[in-house]
Amino acid sequence: MTDTDLPLPVMRSGIELVPTRAEGDPAETGKDYTSDQEVRWCPGCGDYAVLKAVQGFLPDLGLRRENIVFVSGIGCSSRFPYYLETYGMHSIHGRAPSIATGIATSREDLSVWVVTGDGDALSIGGNHLIHALRRNVNMTILLFNNRIYGLTKGQYSPTSEFGKVTKSTPMGSLDHPFNPVSLALGAEATFVARTIDSDRRHLTSVLSAAAAHRGTSFVEIYQNCPIFNDGAFDAVKSPVTRDEAIIPLVQGEPIRFGAEGDRGLVRDRATGGVKVVEVGDGQGQVGAGDLLVHDAHASDPTTAFAISRLTDAGQLHRAPIGIFRQVVRPTYDDLARDQIAQATAQVSGTPTERLGALIGGGDTWTVA
Amino acid sequence: MSKQVKRLDRVIIRFAGDSGDGMQLTGDRFTQESATYGNDLSTLPNFPAEIRAPQGTLPGVSSFQVHFADHDILTPGDAPDVLVAMNPAALRANLGDLPKGATIVVDTHDFTARNLTKAGYTANPLDDDSLGEYAVHQVDLTGMTVEAVKEYGLSRKDAARAKNMFALGLLSWLYGRPTESTIAFLQKRFAKVPDIRDANVTAYRAGWNFGETTESFAVSYEIKPAPMATGTYRNITGNLALAYGLVAGGVQSGLSLFLGSYPITPASDILHELSKHKAFGVTTFQAEDEIAGIGAAIGASFAGNLGVTTTSGPGIALKSESIGLAVMTELPLLVIDVQRGGPSTGLPTKTEQADLLQAMFGRNGESPVPIVAPRSPGDCFDATLEAIRIAVTYRTPVMLLSDGMLANGSEPWRIPELSELPTIDPDFATATNHGTGDDAEFWPYLRDEQTLARPWAIPGTPGLEHRIGGLEKGDGHGNISYDPANHDFMVRTRAAKVERIAESLPPLEVDDPDGLAKVLVLGWGSTYGPIGASVRRVRKAGYRAAQVHLRHLNPFPRDLGEILARYDKVLIPEMNLGQLALLIRGRYLVDAVGYNQVNGMPLKAADLAEAIGNLVAEAEGIEVDLSETIDTLAGDER
Repeated sequence: MTDTDLPLPVMRSGIELVPTRAEGDPAETGKDYTSDQEVRWCPGCGDYAVLKAVQGFLPDLGLRRENIVFVSGIGCSSRFPYYLETYGMHSIHGRAPSIATGIATSREDLSVWVVTGDGDALSIGGNHLIHALRRNVNMTILLFNNRIYGLTKGQYSPTSEFGKVTKSTPMGSLDHPFNPVSLALGAEATFVARTIDSDRRHLTSVLSAAAAHRGTSFVEIYQNCPIFNDGAFDAVKSPVTRDEAIIPLVQGEPIRFGAEGDRGLVRDRATGGVKVVEVGDGQGQVGAGDLLVHDAHASDPTTAFAISRLTDAGQLHRAPIGIFRQVVRPTYDDLARDQIAQATAQVSGTPTERLGALIGGGDTWTVA
Repeated sequence: MSKQVKRLDRVIIRFAGDSGDGMQLTGDRFTQESATYGNDLSTLPNFPAEIRAPQGTLPGVSSFQVHFADHDILTPGDAPDVLVAMNPAALRANLGDLPKGATIVVDTHDFTARNLTKAGYTANPLDDDSLGEYAVHQVDLTGMTVEAVKEYGLSRKDAARAKNMFALGLLSWLYGRPTESTIAFLQKRFAKVPDIRDANVTAYRAGWNFGETTESFAVSYEIKPAPMATGTYRNITGNLALAYGLVAGGVQSGLSLFLGSYPITPASDILHELSKHKAFGVTTFQAEDEIAGIGAAIGASFAGNLGVTTTSGPGIALKSESIGLAVMTELPLLVIDVQRGGPSTGLPTKTEQADLLQAMFGRNGESPVPIVAPRSPGDCFDATLEAIRIAVTYRTPVMLLSDGMLANGSEPWRIPELSELPTIDPDFATATNHGTGDDAEFWPYLRDEQTLARPWAIPGTPGLEHRIGGLEKGDGHGNISYDPANHDFMVRTRAAKVERIAESLPPLEVDDPDGLAKVLVLGWGSTYGPIGASVRRVRKAGYRAAQVHLRHLNPFPRDLGEILARYDKVLIPEMNLGQLALLIRGRYLVDAVGYNQVNGMPLKAADLAEAIGNLVAEAEGIEVDLSETIDTLAGDER
């Protein structure tokens, strides 16, 4: 079983109310989602890979292209909407989740996507991010995390490791970084995942699950900045180290990693968290049957949070990858529209007639 | 016993008490009774920012002033004829505003040593002759209320809480107000708590009966209904009229209204009101902050709704960058600023009009935003519709500048016929607009030649997929452009588009009866009432002054320059330090003079009349004396 065919709990799909292409319509490819604008990221930027993956994946949703909206904030990754042949808005720094909230709440027939970065989402826009997550507005947030400020030329970001030497911190940065997945889980997001720009197969599978999820899907994408933070994710990308570094999360499977599957996770009774153990029958080792089985659908986010803590706050050596959490909770936008529908069902008459009754109500008197 | 009834043409009453005494409700009910009776009226609620400041203290005093008359009036009045003071603090806080001879009704029950000390009195003013210049009625409002409602078995505290209704009953008798609407109101408001309901109704009736039987009030008064244009009327506050204007704008444009807002005094009531009207397809989104409120509204506008955000000055400061985005993306958006005292947190519950320059210039870059300002509580309805017309027609954010005085103040409002309301056409783009055949494209910045508005193509429209954003747009195609000449062109085009709005505006109304005035008084916003009242005073005294009131602050109406040039002197009264004056002087090179007051309260007509008189004297080279006319001003404003 992979994370693309999760046994989903009963829930409406994230794109259920979005019009789909008719059967006779010509097949679409990534080219149909490619705008005529020249892509202007630096050579080698991880954003290219994500763009290609998204352009290649969107036709698979089968949606009408005009019903897809991409919203972004400010930063390198936020140029994303310009390169997609959908509706899009390149907005202002940090505010994309709030703009997307207005779009998603007012239009059930749109598939809404937010493209943001670590500075955009976690620094200047941190407030909007956590509130979108707690409200569970039906949208997918792609957070491109390169752990650096690129467009302003190389200052440390809220995900940079402590002590990072940059243009603005010649003696090293002083702030403890955010772990985006922990933050999203803390905000009680209903869908939280992490993937890697260079692993197109995994990236696409996570995007599919995120689009299918009804509510705010939060996807952290590790993305390399070759100019200002090259190699930040080498541990999880290098063929030499990645087997030891990546902890794959697969629904219903024991959490196990390493080239030979010789490591795994168990609950740490001493701390209440989880810990890495050696798998085997030897002394100090844990049998495969006793490993922690991944359950993204657990309603309590405690275990997911514990797993998220395995990511290093400093130089990255190890990271769980996959869907940490996917639970069902009513979405803000569905509930808001339900209230309107309920209120509307209780009235009669045309809007104009009702407007007349509204403004003509209260204590009135007539001058003849 | 039948008492003498004296006829008056107008009365100003101020109800004052502790924040918890229900003075706003009392004033509101008296207003409603007067409105139903047919008087013209104008109200001024005045309350502290604290919800419950320490009981019995000066900072805790809350008041409600109502001016009602048998003729057309424009202001809540400068000075009360009657003060109802529920405690020593209320007396002390308001006494300075009373003219000699004014009537004072006090609740003697609360004039205890402790309360007197809290209010800063060293001696009881009811016991010495310090109130000798006033007609003081000492009434044990609380004691009589408790006695009147004892049959309901309420605690003494709950029983005493009905004292405001006793006071209302007494004042209602004194001025011959109809009682049915208040009794119906109380029965509805407290329907779920029969004891409280009955106690309030009983206290109200007891107050009325007390007035009729006591010898302490020998005379009652009659203020005849005011002649008004035919039609159906209701009393309305500015915030309610504004909320109704928004609902009407949604109906008249066929657009769903989306309000993104964060609670802030004095704008929150608009959010509260709109949240009741979901059946009109209204979405109200209480955001995590001011920025998210406008962000969601911009998103909703992009998606084809009528995006609205409501706030007060501090919120505008937070929304500035987002307003700039709406300017750049040229999306319809309504930004409502119910102005309050500033800077910073300032005076949350007091009025001011010092956000004009913020509305005009408070963004980075050349970022023109149309500005509309209502002039009275009822006018908030029409001004809102006008702002929506501009926003939708010209694809632009529009600032609507209300203020605390308009928001909470009220007046009789002639309910408009639906046929009088403007129709607003969203005119969504549905087809490509550039090239033909296989080359046909949608260009989001290809403009309407007349309005310079760009097309509004909403998601879900096939073939018109496009991207907009905060980066500079290339003319027409709307793709990112860093071209110097294009930027210069686009900056000028955005300015020209806002300037084009002036072509759709009606000529200004110049109030200059014989056309011979040399002094023009120019205003905007809620100063309309005080300016109008002061101009009337000047005229009644035999002098000339003209009045023009601006609804559109950006762009200015086309004929404003020509009108200004007709007068020797231009006076601009504002509740700020001269913001409109700065714009007028800069734009028209007119040596306008400011009349400025920034004390959190509306301008006083008497003071402003003096200022106008001085300018008339200067302009016409004559002596101007307004003082002799004051007492003979039957039917005018004090």
